[in-house]
Amino acid sequence: MPTVSMTVNGKSVSRDIEDRTLLVEFLRDHLGLTGTHVGCDTSQCGACVVHIDGKSVKSCTMLAVQAEGVTVTTIEGLATDGKLHPMQEAFREHHGLQCGFCTPGMVMSAVDLVKRHPNPSEETIRHGLEGNICRCTGYHNIVRAVQAAATNMRG
Amino acid sequence: MYNFTYHRASSVSDAAKLLGQDAESKILAGGQTLLPTLKQRLAQPSHVVDIGGIGELQGIKVSADKVVIGAGTRHAAVAMSAEVARAIPALAKLAGGIGDPQVRNMGTIGGSLANNDPAADYPAAVLGLGATVHTNKRAIAADDFFKGMFETALDDQEIITSVEFPVPQKAGYMKFPNPASRYAMVGVMVAQTKAGVRVAVTGAGPSVFRWQDAEKALASKFAAAALDGLAAKADGLNSDMHGSAEYRAHLIGVMARRAVAEAG
Ligand SMILES: Cc1cc2nc3c(=O)[nH]c(=O)nc-3n(C[C@H](O)[C@H](O)[C@H](O)COP(=O)(O)OP(=O)(O)OC[C@H]3O[C@@H](n4cnc5c(N)ncnc54)[C@H](O)[C@@H]3O)c2cc1C
Ligand code: FES
Ligand code: FES
Repeated sequence: MPTVSMTVNGKSVSRDIEDRTLLVEFLRDHLGLTGTHVGCDTSQCGACVVHIDGKSVKSCTMLAVQAEGVTVTTIEGLATDGKLHPMQEAFREHHGLQCGFCTPGMVMSAVDLVKRHPNPSEETIRHGLEGNICRCTGYHNIVRAVQAAATNMRG
Repeated sequence: MYNFTYHRASSVSDAAKLLGQDAESKILAGGQTLLPTLKQRLAQPSHVVDIGGIGELQGIKVSADKVVIGAGTRHAAVAMSAEVARAIPALAKLAGGIGDPQVRNMGTIGGSLANNDPAADYPAAVLGLGATVHTNKRAIAADDFFKGMFETALDDQEIITSVEFPVPQKAGYMKFPNPASRYAMVGVMVAQTKAGVRVAVTGAGPSVFRWQDAEKALASKFAAAALDGLAAKADGLNSDMHGSAEYRAHLIGVMARRAVAEAG
């Protein structure tokens, strides 16, 4: 079994795993980081989105061994010192979630989007979240949350 | 997913050597097609050779008359390249419309072409712009590369290294995306090139193809109106839960006119 090492939410981790282990399985089953969700097996729903070296990817569509040596941030790594990230705070404030299943992936995608587009239009937000499916909200409040977070993050 | 042995290749020749050790080994680039396929147990490679970390496969070179893109270049890099946007805006736009941001952060041009999905976007760019596909063995002209549904001229284990696009005088790409997957229901690339007008259609048939009637019409006048009254034939086009062959044939005309208008 190969050994894989990477940095996850600021900590170095190293485990022996099967070659076929998906990154999302590594995070959830080997590291116990169950904030990252699995919502489909067709790479379409985005519930599993994490950041690899700052870029959003679907952790269900990457092997853990492909992530050798990289820096991973999951939803558990966004808050600092017990204080929610502005994107998490905006989802709470603007009711950007109902059941919450899509939310970790939605928030991770939105953080990446705002990094690339600090002042996104509604269209940019909707286009930028095409990889994330929500069955509950109808997206309206998600868009409002991302707009509000972008404003707060610009400071 | 069935288990396999994973290898990380350090160079193209290293990848060729690793692949050569077993007939059942497979290349892994961005994984955005291969991993979903493996998850569904639709393939069972013995060895998986990861070419994602090979430096010589990365990067975009733009000169006066061509744009050369390394096979391992991610869709997001092409979409966000200011140089590509200046030389062939239709190509940057096409890359920015593939899937979603997460797919574009991982997926590569080489993987897309090797896979030749009937509804993929890049095949329309390669055929429509008359590009050349370079491999570790030879150079293949676009007109010889696409052979049928998920079939290409590539030998088993042949590695695409780069794609060379001649800069056209004008080009435009329009796709009608499937609202769930974002793959093309129909996508049309039109280009006015030194070698004449080219019109490539993806999503509609079993593999990308050239719409020659439209090429002839546009050769006499490169304007959307030149396509008025011209209809693509529904014979042999895809019919599925998303749309009938007749619907796709109609979309080809609509997308082609919009692509010409966009090319300006
Ligand atoms: C949700 C979703 C939506 C998508 N939407 C679109 C869309 O709208 N339009 C579109 O065009 N595509 C779409 N895709 C597919 C995406 O563009 C893939 O990135 C692409 O098809 C494959 O590229 P890859 O680098 O991920 O290849 P991989 O999945 O790693 O490999 C695909 C195949 O190509 C082979 N291969 C890879 N690289 C090479 C090489 N250099 N030489 C020879 N063989 C090679 C592999 O062995 C494998 O058989 C979508 C995918 C997903 C998951
Ligand atoms: S779990 Fe659905 S895209 Fe990853
Ligand atoms: S809040 Fe339930 S799926 Fe999005």
